[in-house]
Amino acid sequence: MAANVLTVTSGKGGVGKTTTVANIAVALANDGKKVVCIDGDIGLRNLDVILGLENRIVYDIVDVVEGRCRIRQAMIRDKRFPELFLIPAAQTRDKNAVSPSDMIRLCDELRAEFDWIIIDSPAGIERGFKNSIAPADIIVIVTNPEMSAVRDADRVVGLIEAEEKKPPYLILNRIKQNMVQRGDMLSVADVYDLLRVEVIGIVPEDENTIIAANKGVPLAIEGKSRSGVAYRNIAKRLCGEQVPFMKLDVDTLWDKLMQIGKGN
Amino acid sequence: MGFLDNLFGKPSANHAKNRLQLVLIHDRVNLNSATIELLKDDIINAISKHIDIDPSSVRIEIEQQGRSQKLVADIPIRPHSGKKQ
Repeated sequence: MAANVLTVTSGKGGVGKTTTVANIAVALANDGKKVVCIDGDIGLRNLDVILGLENRIVYDIVDVVEGRCRIRQAMIRDKRFPELFLIPAAQTRDKNAVSPSDMIRLCDELRAEFDWIIIDSPAGIERGFKNSIAPADIIVIVTNPEMSAVRDADRVVGLIEAEEKKPPYLILNRIKQNMVQRGDMLSVADVYDLLRVEVIGIVPEDENTIIAANKGVPLAIEGKSRSGVAYRNIAKRLCGEQVPFMKLDVDTLWDKLMQIGKGN
Repeated sequence: MGFLDNLFGKPSANHAKNRLQLVLIHDRVNLNSATIELLKDDIINAISKHIDIDPSSVRIEIEQQGRSQKLVADIPIRPHSGKKQ
């Protein structure tokens, strides 16, 4: 086995990187892939809570890098999927505790055992970002259809080009289709026009994301909600499957009445 | 503003796209309009030494091709008037 190293990054904070990592990871694990997630956000760890694994942390990535434990000891197994693991970030240190070459070494050690190594990059373009993209084979940029998120995504694309990495892919997250139809939100086509980066995922705004985070159960596990389906589709595309993009519809009044009728 | 824009069919996403287009060009090439003006003057001076051009009709712009930018100069040449230079 030779794992693909996938790094999820964005430039701007709060666009949904960690949610994306958690959902792609469970979707891949659900398809029978061996997956390990690495939280690259040292000092501000969060992937553990989104995956619902926060109570099981003993060692973290800095413990591995500084030789206090073996890599196996820092890997938390997700009980829902026998082949899904998390290497958490340290919470009491900063990004300088790990270097880009540490990350490359760590990933090389894991490659033989996994299909996918997924790195959750911190926001920004400094050390944590550089650590996260250093070992990447595939880079996915998450953005929202919004001025500052698109601008920051473009900066990140430029930095990735400068590092001579393969061209990244784009996930457009938090699309509010009713605003797009009113002409008050950039559409997928608009964002593609601006960034010229291949789109690999389109994820609608979904309240269920917050509920899922509250519970520590990523949406793609069940895959019933629209964004859960969107993340599952992204995982399939990453594995080379051709999956059409879902249609983003606006709920009509009738749809809403039906939902009330169903007790939702 | 928003209300009036909507009334006259100018939704805010158009503003966003137009503004971002300009912002991204400048972020990518790190070139501001003042520098382009200086460059334009230099180009006009250099070309005028050899060819008769109308400085007021010269256009220097950054054009986009995918993710790369190119500098495009449109410099109309004055018709030959038969006079000796």
